[in-house]
Order: sequence, then structure tokens, then C-alpha cells
Amino acid sequence: MTSVDHGTSTTKIRNWTRSFRLAAWLGWQIESNWADPFLFAIYSLVKPISGAAILVIMYSVITGGDFESPIFPYIYLGNAFYIYVGAVMTGISWAVIDDREHYKTLKYIYVAPIHFQTYLLGRGVARFIVASISVFVVILFGVLFLDLYIDPAAANWPLFIASLLVGVIMLALLGLILAGLMLLLVHHMFGLGEAVAGALYLFCGAIFPLEVLPPFLRWVGYLLPVTYWLELMRRSLVGSVAEAFPTFENLTDTQLFGILLGLTVVYGILAFVVFRICEKKARDRGLIDVVTNY
Amino acid sequence: MSRAQSGVRSPIVYRHFRKNSGMRLFFQTIIARAYPRLIGQQREKSWMFFDVFLPLLGVAAYVFVYRAIGAPEEYVGFVVIGGAMTAFWMNVLWSMSSQLYWEKEQGNLALYIMAPNSMMAILLGMALGGLVATALRALVIIVIGSWLFGVEYEVSNYLQLFVVFLLAMIALYGMGMMSASMFLLLSREAWHISNLAQEPIYLLSGFFFPIKNLTFWVALSASLIPLTLGLDAMRQLVFPSGESLGFLSVEVEIAILIVLSVIFLIGARYLLAYMEKLAIQEGRLTESRR
Repeated sequence: MTSVDHGTSTTKIRNWTRSFRLAAWLGWQIESNWADPFLFAIYSLVKPISGAAILVIMYSVITGGDFESPIFPYIYLGNAFYIYVGAVMTGISWAVIDDREHYKTLKYIYVAPIHFQTYLLGRGVARFIVASISVFVVILFGVLFLDLYIDPAAANWPLFIASLLVGVIMLALLGLILAGLMLLLVHHMFGLGEAVAGALYLFCGAIFPLEVLPPFLRWVGYLLPVTYWLELMRRSLVGSVAEAFPTFENLTDTQLFGILLGLTVVYGILAFVVFRICEKKARDRGLIDVVTNY
Repeated sequence: MSRAQSGVRSPIVYRHFRKNSGMRLFFQTIIARAYPRLIGQQREKSWMFFDVFLPLLGVAAYVFVYRAIGAPEEYVGFVVIGGAMTAFWMNVLWSMSSQLYWEKEQGNLALYIMAPNSMMAILLGMALGGLVATALRALVIIVIGSWLFGVEYEVSNYLQLFVVFLLAMIALYGMGMMSASMFLLLSREAWHISNLAQEPIYLLSGFFFPIKNLTFWVALSASLIPLTLGLDAMRQLVFPSGESLGFLSVEVEIAILIVLSVIFLIGARYLLAYMEKLAIQEGRLTESRR
């Protein structure tokens, strides 16, 4: 490598790091500075706990409070970790709408000497932090009050950390795909993120085993990396859940992790290709600084 | 200087345009504000898709949860009805409560306040248009949800069902009109509060399970939200086992809904007057503060 190449690479990395760091800081300010810390904490926790409580009440009404059945940790943990999907994936894509429509700053950010994709990824960090706290509190609530049994000594922590890491990267890449599409959308931008998050919630077996879905719909779940990620998260914390349902009973943890990794690479390539195409189209059509007022 | 420039109206033109004031202006304002919600919204067909498709995704997820844990089939019906009613809650939250805030952000609020019409009429128009448009969407959700999941209904009293629905909607949109003024006093918090008031309300109002399963006092407190009792009464009236799972008797729930309707409509008028007074006194209520 020549010294010029080395210098260019170093500059690029420095630029990406700076873009990511500043975007993360900006995202945190936007997410948190509308309220005092106490109100913000309540806001961040009430929503996910309520979502979990709906499922817990539905479950306890029907089963009479049989929280020891393996379906309960399946539902509860799937729902808890799904918080990351909504937060990270839609958080990154929402940055486009927020900057373009609300703050009307996207055009300035776009022409600034930063790496745009890295900037958008950085904007997801704040929501990732808030989501992590929510996930922790929801699981703690389950352990303390709902007989959700997680044995820290039996949990597979290396698998947990590795799956969490790959999963968050995978969700960020899905968010980048959505962000690219958002650059082109004017009428449906509010609905797109919710529609994708809602569809994933239904098809990836977050709160029920895939066998419950009609057979012609199950294949959708098998194509989604979120399905494998949620299964790994459950298995790493409560291994017995895996044995109770036939969905992935024939797959070992390593095989599941391999599939997750492979799908993350595929979706990663797709994300960068889709984003570049959308970005070019948005630039050609003059949509970068469009304000639709929708 | 021509007559038009000098502000003097031609007698010919004047004959055709009666001066709008009083009740005539009030009702015209209602119709004018309802129009974009009823007609304008239908022009963007894709919105209909999202308005129906998104609640259906949630409904489907909860139906499959009930099926995964072996719930009786009427619970599937409870979810379909609850899912359809989420459309009304979302409409009240985002298109009633937050509406004046959006108008402020877009610069229309100042025009509303300056115009010689009643703000109450504007809110009533928003409510009327939103109610009818959302009813269409809710109906589609019920029809598709019932068809997809094979839900069967057995209506025990059509008149009571109609009265319950009507009262629940009057009280709900009255609450939306009231909260529109309160939201106006907020800034960026408005968006966050609307966002926050989804899952907790779905939980407290029993959108996906019978409210009776919460403790009595929790259910009673949740009854301040009109959809809680409206949903409970409707489920009692359309499902054979609904009565045994009901929180209070339908008659009592109707009586409470009447009281809530009156309180919320009076509250809306009072808060609106207060907000207009603030707008005049402080002169900065229409400022967009990002």
C-alpha cells in the first residue's frame, strides 16, 4: 500500500468514526432532550412494559397463570427482544424523515463532509441504548414477578453476546434498507417502518412458534434473519425453550448462528446496494431536500 | 378606483352571497373541516391500505398467540373487535388530540384562530370527518379479520349495540376534542405523548382481552377512556359468552358513557375557550417551537 492509499484509508476511517460518533450524540440529544430525565425514563419504560403486560394478561387469562410452561418464556423473551427490532431498524430509517421533514436539515447533512450511511447508522445508537434498557427492565420484571426462570449459571453468555452483536448489526442493516426507501417516499414514509416492523412481528415467530402460522406463510419466517436471531437469544438464556417447539429442534446453536451470520451478510450486501440505488435516484429526482408536509 | 378595489360590493354579487354568521357559519365550518377527512382522505387510496393493513397485522399476531396457547375461539373475536377499535383510538390520538399541534407546526393554526368561525366547529368537523372515515376502516378490519379467522357473531340486541357504539364514539371524540387544546400547550412532547398513549391504553382498556380480568378498581379507572366500556359492552352484545366475561352490565355501561360524553364535550368547550384566550393574551401560542 502506498503512503497516499494509507492516508486516504485513514482519512476515510476517521471520517466514518467522526460521522458515527456525532450522529450518535445528535440522536441522543433529539431522543432525550424533550423532557427531564425522570419523565424520559418513564416514557422509555412504560411503553415496552405495557406491551409485555398485554401478552402476559392474555396468557394468564387462558392458562390460569401457568408461567412454568415453555410457551411462556418463548412469548415473553421473544417479545422483549423484539423491542430492538422496532427501535434499531425503524430508528435508523426514521432519521431520514426527522431530518428531512421535521428539522429540514437533511440537505445540509447530505452536503456536509460526512459519510451519509454511517451518519444514519449512528442515529440509531440512541434508540439502541434506550431499547437495551427497556429489554433489561422487561426481562427483569418477568424474572421478579412472573416466574420467568433464567438461571445465570446455565445461560450461554458467549452465545448471547455474539448473537446480540450480530443481531444488532443485522437490524441496523435492515434499517439502512428502509432508510434508502424513505429517501424516495413521500406519501407512505410514516407507514413503511411500522408496516415492516408489524410484518416481521407476525412472520418471525416473535410471540408464537412458526408452526402456528398457516403452512403457506411459514417460509416467510424462514427467510428472515430476525427469526433465527430471536431463537438464538431465547436459547442462550433459556435452553429448554428450544426443545419444546419443533421449529428449529434439528438445528444446533452453531448451525443457527451460522445461518444468522450468512443471512446478515446477504442482507448487508443488499442494504448497501439498495441504499446506493435509492440515494442516486433521490439525488437525480431532487428528493433529498423535499418537504412534503405529509 | 373600481368598486371592488374600494371595498364596495356590487349589489348583484351581494345578492348571491349571504353573509355567513351564527349557526349557518357554525355548520358550514363543521362540513368544511369534515370534508378533507371524508373526501380528501379517500383520494389517497394507499392510506386506506396502511390504515387497514397495519391494525390487521397486530390483530393477526394476537390471534396467533391465542391459538398458540389454546384459547377458546371467542377470544379470536375479541381480538378482531379490539383491533378494529384501535383504528378509532389511533385516529383520536393522532388526528384529533395532536391535530392542532400539527396545524401549529404547519402554520395553519394562526389562520384558524383569525378566521371568523368557531374553533369548536372546527374540532367538531374534525371529529365528524374522522369518525366516519375511521368507521369505514374499522368495518373493513372487522370484515377481513372475521373472514380470515372465521369469527362468528351472535348479536343479542341491535338497538343497544348501536347506542353503545354511538355513545362510545361521542365520548371518545369529545375526549379527543378536549385533549386537542391540551396538546396545543405542548411542544415536541405532543408527539412523544401520543406515541406513549398507545400500548398502555391498549392494556388498560382491554383491547385484546376482557377488561374484567384486570382488578375492579383498575378496570373502573380505565373506564374513564370511553373505549373501555364501549368495547366491553359491544363484546357482551355480539358474542354468546360475552355477557359472562363483561365488566359491568350493558345498561350501566351505557349510563356511564352518557355521563362521559357530556363531561368531555363540556370540557372541550371550556379548554378551547381557555386556549383561545391564551392565544390572544400571550400572542405566541401559534409559534412553532422545535
